[in-house]
Amino acid sequence: MSSFWQNVRRTFRLLTYNKVGFIGLLGVIFFILLSFVGPYVVPLDTQTKVDKIYQPPSSEFWLGTDSEGRDIFSQIVHGGKDVLVVAFLAGFISTTIAVLFGSLSALAGGWVDNAIMALADIVLTIPQFPLLAVLAGLVKFNNVTLLALILGVLSWPALTRAIRAQVLSLREREFVEAARALDLGTRHIILKEILPNMMSYIAINLIFAMTAAIYAQVGLVFLGLVPFSGSNWGVMLSLAWTRGAIFYKGSLWYIMAPVAAIALFQLSLVSFTRLLEEIFNPRLRTSV
Amino acid sequence: MTQHTNGVLELVHVERTFKVGRRFVRVLDDISFSIGKGDILCLVGESGCGKTTTGKIVAGLLPPTGGEIRFLGQNVWEMNKEEFRHYRRAVQIIHQDPYSSLNPTQRVSTILTAPLLRHGIARNHKEAKEKALELLRIVDLTPPEDFYNKYPHQLSGGQRQRVSVARALTVNPEFLVADEAVSMLDVSIRVSLLQMLERLRNQMGVAYLFITHDLAVAKYFAWEGRIAVMYLGRIVEIGPTPQIINNPRHPYTKALLSAIPEADPKATRSKERVHLRSLDVPSLLNVPSGCSFHPRCPLYEAGLCDATVPQLVDVGDGVQVACHVVAREQGVA
Amino acid sequence: MKSATENVPSDGQFTLKVEDLWVTYLAERGKVKAVRGVSFTLRPGETLAFIGESGCGKTTLGLSLIRLLPSTAEVEKGHILYRRDTEVMDVLQMNDRELRQFRWKECAMIFQGAQNAFNPVLRIWAQVLDTARSHGVTNKKEIRQRMEDLFRLVQLEPERVLRAYPHQLSGGMRQRVLIALGLLLKPPLVILDEPTTALDILTQRSVIDVLRDIKEKMDFSLILISHDLSLAAELADRVATMYAGKLVEVANVWDTYYHPLHPYTVGLIHAVPTLAGEREELISIPGSPPDLIDPPKGCAFHPRCPYATEKCRTEEPPLIPVAQDHEVACWHWQQVQEDGGQRMMVYSEAKAG
Repeated sequence: MSSFWQNVRRTFRLLTYNKVGFIGLLGVIFFILLSFVGPYVVPLDTQTKVDKIYQPPSSEFWLGTDSEGRDIFSQIVHGGKDVLVVAFLAGFISTTIAVLFGSLSALAGGWVDNAIMALADIVLTIPQFPLLAVLAGLVKFNNVTLLALILGVLSWPALTRAIRAQVLSLREREFVEAARALDLGTRHIILKEILPNMMSYIAINLIFAMTAAIYAQVGLVFLGLVPFSGSNWGVMLSLAWTRGAIFYKGSLWYIMAPVAAIALFQLSLVSFTRLLEEIFNPRLRTSV
Repeated sequence: MTQHTNGVLELVHVERTFKVGRRFVRVLDDISFSIGKGDILCLVGESGCGKTTTGKIVAGLLPPTGGEIRFLGQNVWEMNKEEFRHYRRAVQIIHQDPYSSLNPTQRVSTILTAPLLRHGIARNHKEAKEKALELLRIVDLTPPEDFYNKYPHQLSGGQRQRVSVARALTVNPEFLVADEAVSMLDVSIRVSLLQMLERLRNQMGVAYLFITHDLAVAKYFAWEGRIAVMYLGRIVEIGPTPQIINNPRHPYTKALLSAIPEADPKATRSKERVHLRSLDVPSLLNVPSGCSFHPRCPLYEAGLCDATVPQLVDVGDGVQVACHVVAREQGVA
Repeated sequence: MKSATENVPSDGQFTLKVEDLWVTYLAERGKVKAVRGVSFTLRPGETLAFIGESGCGKTTLGLSLIRLLPSTAEVEKGHILYRRDTEVMDVLQMNDRELRQFRWKECAMIFQGAQNAFNPVLRIWAQVLDTARSHGVTNKKEIRQRMEDLFRLVQLEPERVLRAYPHQLSGGMRQRVLIALGLLLKPPLVILDEPTTALDILTQRSVIDVLRDIKEKMDFSLILISHDLSLAAELADRVATMYAGKLVEVANVWDTYYHPLHPYTVGLIHAVPTLAGEREELISIPGSPPDLIDPPKGCAFHPRCPYATEKCRTEEPPLIPVAQDHEVACWHWQQVQEDGGQRMMVYSEAKAG
């Protein structure tokens, strides 16, 4: 029991070691709770109230009301889920592809390496936004998974190249050579010797892939290329824009709320990466 | 020519080239030697002479591009899977840099138990731990429990090097390739590590390919064994250590021995120097014709040394030298 | 704290005189006491070598002599007196202008690995010119003339080397370029930190020979910092052995190598193999160097020393003169002298099992 609490204390010390990173972690947790638990607590306000248009924040409407007198806060609560799901999924997909392709490319070499790098170059040169715009015309992006898949599949090349370079350098390290001499097997070498030494790098890049996915997604929704039903921070922004919210002083809250939500979430993610570096560094892990 | 006397591990006319840009660089040329059970062979030479590459070829980490490496008489790179496995485990390597030779993300426990479990040397984790602690004791990391759960960064350079040795010993090797294994350690730690390696040889019959640039260390460690002096990818002199150190024949060996500063002021200040004709070390991209040492050699004879590559010839006392002039003087050319 | 200024050597001559120098580093775990009360005198024209293992404080000492310590380090107290002709200055009290002047005109320091610090895209001549100009020598012709002389002195072909790019020169050649550059303004004091480490044997030899040669031809005092005992054996007039931030023995080179009186020096000398004759037994010093955040009480070497007694565990031995040109900091130096260090050797063998 005491060793359990010791572990809890040590974990806490490790997490709070980097103050900025810890605040980032708290921010990420806050937005996850807000978007996934929040909707069960705060009902979505869909009722048009003509007498309550563009109200400033009050005890009734925490973030004021929109052009139809609906509560902005409830929209923020309900509008996060899709954004977060797409971000996590797209980040996860692109990072997974990058790790697989990057390692394969570096370890297999020869034509496999050439083929993967050629593919990466091609994907890298495709202008993403116009392509997405065209795709949006062809495919109906009516579910988040499909959008996440497309974003993920388009954004792996840069990381793949970086992973390949890292694996190439790690492969020449003496401890990997020793593992080869000990006949520990390719699986062990990749999973136990090489990957753990790139984990902080991979995790940090996963986060950056997520932030990129958020911008791509919000951008698409904002431009109306992806017709999302219901509320979504991007949809909110788009609606606020099309309703001319930027021209009214009173509508500031309407347009600023989704912008702030997106920006704060991104900031939390980026700050969180600072913590990741330390979590994956055994030197720090053992010194706290 | 080279005799293959009961060598358990033999290199036969080994050549290794690397592609650099569009050119091929020959890093090793016609390397032959054999190492028997419990033998010590020291490879000495300056950086770029090919000693590390030779070590990698012996450890099976790099295939030769010409010639053969044989283990128990069989060409290593033509072995079937099972045979290659046996060879691979029989030859282990200890690297120079104690900081990059251990995976920083693994504890000593993982580093040692992974090979034990993988090869069924220990049947379960409990047995693996027992065996690992025993190995830590063998390499003088006592009490072993103090080291078992440590990460590499929590250990000193000397302690890491001992963990590297323990890791190599997990698979009961017959050969250890020690590539400058003590060069980066402080003098007082260096000796105890050398003494430990020597003990492993006496108690477990481990043979060594000991690679070093330091001839004094070679003399100390390989006194009962042999030294091979390498220059630009070739062996220029090979023989019993006392012969090479006290009675060097090849002009390059002589130059090295006369140039080495020693921790003995009288001896080192009164040493007779061999004066080389040039201080420039030729590039491997542009190896001189004939004997590659000829542009620097004090014994250089035009038309002889720059024309043909000298082969290793027996000059007595178990020594072989690759030098036209020395061979002629010994009357064996 | 009484300053030791009065203890000037009998003839009063010195180039550098360090008195009770303390330097600490701020590390995450606490204050590292890297140099703990070091005093020594460098006489004009002599070569003084500092030997010791990594972490003994020798590099920190070298850096503090020209005040190039990193910002995490602090000189807690002490004096570094530099003397030119009749004028004596404390390096630690110099202002920025004086310091700049001192660092080049009076004292040249060549760091470990500095041969790799050349700018790869500039020819040697351009770099020589830059360095000379930044130190106030502006006459191009004069620089050229002096550089050519110096290059010949360090056995480099001036024409070829000055025109070359750094990558066209070997490590040993670059090291010699640096030595020549350091001597451009004929400084009376030169500090070399591991000048031959990482160089090949034959190159190392050329650097050593050049150093000995210029030492004879030009008049300067040399401080040599090295972990390599053979380098000190080649070049030093006197050797200072450092352990755990302190000088444990300062003696002429012959005494250091043939009659060391500090058990640590005994251990160090007998840990290095030599080439001449039969294979000799070496000894390894049991244990490991102490943690300089919390060094052992009394003599820092006592946990590893076979001569240690209760006194060694509680009282710190001062560095005292015991013979002509021989100082040692050990309570039991007489015992070491009597048995010729035998106990150290037997002890280490027993420990090695």
